[in-house]
Amino acid sequence: MSTYPSPQRHHILSVLVQNKAGVLARVASLFARRGYNIFSLAVAPTEDPQFSRITIVVDVEGTTLEQIVKQLFKLIEVVRISELDPQKSVERELFMATVRTDGENRGQIVELANIFEAKVLAVGVDALTLSLEGSPEKLDDFEELLRGYGIVELQRTGRIALPKLDREAHSRAVKGKAS
Amino acid sequence: MKITGAEALIKALEMESVDVMFGYPGGCILPAYDPLLKSSIRHILVRHEQGAGHMAEGYAHVTGRPGVAMVTSGPAATNLVTPLCDAYMDSIPMVAITGQVSTSAIGTDAFQECDTVGITRSITKHNELVMSAEDLPLAIRQAFHIATTGRPGPVLIDIPKDVLQNSMTWHWPTDEEVQASLPGYHPTTKGHPRMIKEAAKLILAAERPVLYLGGGVLKSRAAEVVREIAELLNIPVVTTLMARGAFPDSHPLCLGMPGMHGTAAAVTAMQKSDLLIALGARFDDRVTGKVSAFAQEAKIIHVDIDPAEQGKVRRPDVPIVGDCKLVSIEILKALRELLDGGEVQADIAPWRSRCSGWQEQFPLSYEPSAPGAALKPQFCLEQIRDHAPEGTILVSGVGQHQMWSSQYWHFDEPYTWVNSGGLGTMGFSVPAAIGAKVGRPDKTVWAIDGDGCFQMTAQELITASISKIPIKVGILNNSYLGMVRQWQEMFYGERYSEVDLGGGVPDFVKWAEAMGCVGIRVDSPEEVAPAIERANSINDRPVVVDFRVEEFEKVFPMVAAGASNDDIILPPSQNDRREYLR
Repeated sequence: MSTYPSPQRHHILSVLVQNKAGVLARVASLFARRGYNIFSLAVAPTEDPQFSRITIVVDVEGTTLEQIVKQLFKLIEVVRISELDPQKSVERELFMATVRTDGENRGQIVELANIFEAKVLAVGVDALTLSLEGSPEKLDDFEELLRGYGIVELQRTGRIALPKLDREAHSRAVKGKAS
Repeated sequence: MKITGAEALIKALEMESVDVMFGYPGGCILPAYDPLLKSSIRHILVRHEQGAGHMAEGYAHVTGRPGVAMVTSGPAATNLVTPLCDAYMDSIPMVAITGQVSTSAIGTDAFQECDTVGITRSITKHNELVMSAEDLPLAIRQAFHIATTGRPGPVLIDIPKDVLQNSMTWHWPTDEEVQASLPGYHPTTKGHPRMIKEAAKLILAAERPVLYLGGGVLKSRAAEVVREIAELLNIPVVTTLMARGAFPDSHPLCLGMPGMHGTAAAVTAMQKSDLLIALGARFDDRVTGKVSAFAQEAKIIHVDIDPAEQGKVRRPDVPIVGDCKLVSIEILKALRELLDGGEVQADIAPWRSRCSGWQEQFPLSYEPSAPGAALKPQFCLEQIRDHAPEGTILVSGVGQHQMWSSQYWHFDEPYTWVNSGGLGTMGFSVPAAIGAKVGRPDKTVWAIDGDGCFQMTAQELITASISKIPIKVGILNNSYLGMVRQWQEMFYGERYSEVDLGGGVPDFVKWAEAMGCVGIRVDSPEEVAPAIERANSINDRPVVVDFRVEEFEKVFPMVAAGASNDDIILPPSQNDRREYLR
């Protein structure tokens, strides 16, 4: 089971917006109105409380991506959009899962968690809640392996990303121009 | 000194040089109507909030200044939805003020509460719920700035009742403060110099160029410089439905309107062109027909202030983001430099003669009515046109009468044509004509309407009567939803479904008189000219002329929806000449 869209069609947009009421709704309704698909979305204030950063993973071909970016720019509160190349950015996501355990296999699950450097957040009679922070691919692998034990509940945050520091041209940022 | 939010709102509108607004009071907006009593702003009390919106649009169309509409919350705000969407589609600058329930009541399903900013989010260029009286002046300044710069459009400001009632300290934000408050809004107006140079080279090299003018030419007030470009190089010009008047129809280079009901010459010239110079046009489906079959051999220069229009429908060879006027000035300069430097334009004489051939072979035409037979709508339009005082503004609704208006009028000046292009809003004509007349009281304003359209918004003629706005309305009354009937005839095997409006009712003359207008009924060709002359001579009240026209008349030429422009359907009388379209 492939959890994420294929690499060619998967694009990460890092969208800097004014931190104002209704901005997220504006972004979301633009996607809905124009028929674009959001794969995952994470939003939080930045170092400057005036601005928030929305990290959106979209699953589209090139021309549609160009339209998405241009349409997003038309929103007055969008200040800057960077398309982050997955090869040239660091991505993180947080994952929490409650896994069924019959007692006998608890050791196996904990061992698996140790290998992945996951944390055990809660222990119940017949279940464990684990958390793992890391690259989305690592999370995919962990999820795949846990599935065999029976995942009761699963929650992923959606990825956040920033450009890598040790490269020259790490992101394609276009200044906030709109009409 | 402290003033109320309501006083600040009206003062801010005065600071923005608003001279007139169209509106309707009600519960939540009540506080704003009190300071209006001592304001210099003229308020026109409409009969339905939709009318206020279309009047603001009509006003903006002819003046270039933003139209202002003010209404209350809930149902009033939802009644404004259609005009907002109309203005958004046609890039009309407009500022809408809506009342909202008090801040403490928001979200409680209070009386006349609705999520106005939520509802209008995707049909406004921007909207804002103002939560504090202190924020009102900046919100209003931003609204006018956003509505009128970049690609123009409607902006809505939603104001809770308590925000209007609360007191605040007046402060009018400076330009710098407005800029700083909009860190993400910097429309590009100047075109890229390299692209402009490239465009100029392509234009000189083209053997079959066409200037494809859209509404952006009018919005940026570029008509004059565009004409200079056309005349410098003898390039044929087409003007889209939104650009009628941007280039004179009487000019020898003008091929008329392209698109679904465009002239055969305009449609075919675009199809056969090797270079389309698109200025402020957006490759609308009504212009391109089937996109994959549209102007297949043409390279594209696309000038548009909205970057999102570049490549949305057709990928341009030379994209230029910028204001049409500024970019056209630069292109003209670049062309002159190239010519002065010894460059020579490709020989376009054969192309010119092909285009004129199409014009000669395929003029707009209709069969005149036989003696004693019903009036032809095209004849009525020609007569109104021929009797119109110079500079008359023509406004239309949506449907057959709209297409005939665009086809048979001779638009020789910019800002003399007002219609609903993108959204296709039936009922647009009467209120938009009222707005246009308020904006240009010095001009004669004729609204051409269908009997279907007229019945949607006719009550605004009461507004016109009472507020002394003497517009003229010509109803091309065929007792049918004519355009839908035409499609059912042509594409649904003459199976007429729900298009018969039941001829005879209403009595439009009595209705007009009941609304304080002069009503005139016209049945035969001899009555047409005298009725128009009489209408033109009345300037103290609105006039409605009910032209009873032929029921089965169709609009030609026509490109069927989704068909290629190559498959243009000609008027029956020209079918035998089809081979000349090559």
